[in-house]
Amino acid sequence: MGFGPYFLLASLEGLVTAAVLTLTALGLSLVFGVMRVVNVAHGEFFMLGAVLAWAISTAFAGHPSIGFAAALLVSPLVVGGVALLAERLVLRRLNYDPEATIVATIGLLYIVQQLALTFYGPDARPVQAPFNIRVTLPWFGYSGYKLAVIAAAIVLVIATWLVLTRTKVGLVMRATQYDRETAQAFGIPVDRVYAGVFALGAMLAAIAAVLVVPIQQAHYLMGRDPLLLSFIVVIIGGLGSLRGTVVAAVLIGLSDGIISVFFSPTLAKMLATLLVALVLVFRPQGLFGAATR
Amino acid sequence: MASTLAIDGLDAFYGEVQVLRGFKLDLQQHEVLCLLGRNGAGKTTALKAIMGLVPARAGSIIKDGRDLTKLAPHEVPRTGVAYVPQGRRLFSELTVAENIEIGLMARGKGRTTRESVLDLFPVLRERLSQRSGTLSGGEQQMLAMARALCLEPDVLLLDEPTEGLMPSMIAKIRETVAGLRERGVSTILVEQRVDAVLSLADRVAFIENGQNRETLPVQAVRDDPAFVRRYVGVE
Ligand SMILES: Nc1ncnc2c1ncn2[C@@H]1O[C@H](COP(=O)(O)OP(=O)(O)OP(=O)(O)O)[C@@H](O)[C@H]1O
Ligand SMILES: [Mg+2]
Repeated sequence: MGFGPYFLLASLEGLVTAAVLTLTALGLSLVFGVMRVVNVAHGEFFMLGAVLAWAISTAFAGHPSIGFAAALLVSPLVVGGVALLAERLVLRRLNYDPEATIVATIGLLYIVQQLALTFYGPDARPVQAPFNIRVTLPWFGYSGYKLAVIAAAIVLVIATWLVLTRTKVGLVMRATQYDRETAQAFGIPVDRVYAGVFALGAMLAAIAAVLVVPIQQAHYLMGRDPLLLSFIVVIIGGLGSLRGTVVAAVLIGLSDGIISVFFSPTLAKMLATLLVALVLVFRPQGLFGAATR
Repeated sequence: MASTLAIDGLDAFYGEVQVLRGFKLDLQQHEVLCLLGRNGAGKTTALKAIMGLVPARAGSIIKDGRDLTKLAPHEVPRTGVAYVPQGRRLFSELTVAENIEIGLMARGKGRTTRESVLDLFPVLRERLSQRSGTLSGGEQQMLAMARALCLEPDVLLLDEPTEGLMPSMIAKIRETVAGLRERGVSTILVEQRVDAVLSLADRVAFIENGQNRETLPVQAVRDDPAFVRRYVGVE
């Protein structure tokens, strides 16, 4: 295979990584943007989504697409429910204090992780892809499922963007983000908005996880990399900026894919981390974030 | 005259620091009641307490037979109380139209309200899709008023609406407040400019150290400058 096709393959792999990363980071970014809560347990919501996807899809006999469809529907809902519970029982009681919630979500991280270890076990388990189509390109065949993941992520990002910018729910979320107190003075039930946003953020991570399990097996420690990469993306893109999050996720995902294929995955992570350091030094508000006033 | 809003024995704190001490205020129908007092006297805190943004630890705020201190903050505006905060506090990243939309949503008002509010402030109509943070100071203040009027409130709380504005803008704001009184709105106005107070107010409440020391008809304040001198330290 020549350089061109090889580069195309690497880029496609990078786009798959970017797709999953965009959805996960979008969840983290929304929660931080609206609530000013740094959710350290975000990766565990991702892991929970994947583990549940395995549990749900194996509960269905017959064609793998049935189990997968059920997982895609039920897993995010369950994870959203867990997030809602955590929001009510923990974050709200801390009055969303930025520092206290970091410590609390670290605690949540270990609770979710240990629960997964207890009930799911230490093994990595695969989930079958809903379909098994190979798309034949002139130089190589490529997984149709992976292309579908890219498409699904694009659709979901556009949908999120439309909700945020074109609907009343989105307007309420943005108003809450910019000025919580004034939002309340205009009848916006801020605590309900917070609960909804936290659940939505977790659900985005869970959807990303369900999409990824046919490619990468479900494991109780699989939340670490998505958490780290999401933080990298959110810092580079600018905290709370949807556009920045998407651009940074594509940048990181794509370069991760390409550098991993041509050099090594470790180099890819090193460069991403270096980029974060540079952004923090030279443009702390991120590429697209507004400078804090 | 019947009272629209009756505050009695209100204690309010920031953390452990008490700011309002047994605060009393009685807003009557169709009046402009001005709060006068030095910086830090507690005027803004009194308005925030009415909105439920600073919790009341004791006392009551009665409107239409309901005690607002028992409501969640987001329920207060639904009773018909609208707030124009000090420093305007627009959603500056949102457009003019979006700020207005948020005002309309608070009490489920629609296009008729929107149109009549925009008729009051025609400049806003030309700037609907502009980010509100990029408006001039006077336009921002008009938008803050417009956003509040979108609730069709019967009680309006105005916190220093003329702060930092040019004289022509101040005149416009004053004219609007006077016009609202004609339409039956009761207003609590926090204002530092004594001349504005004397020309607009029906009654004046002197706030000092988190308490309402006395409430007087505006004529009494005009007649005896000693009141203003005593509570505000200027003439
Ligand atoms: N968020 C806060 N946290 C703690 N203390 C506060 C807070 N806001 C105000 N205070 C204090 O409460 C007191 C009353 O403040 P408030 O803002 O109500 O005064 P004010 O009469 O509106 O003054 P100004 O004319 O300067 O607007 C002041 O001593 C102030 O320092
Ligand atoms: Mg004040």
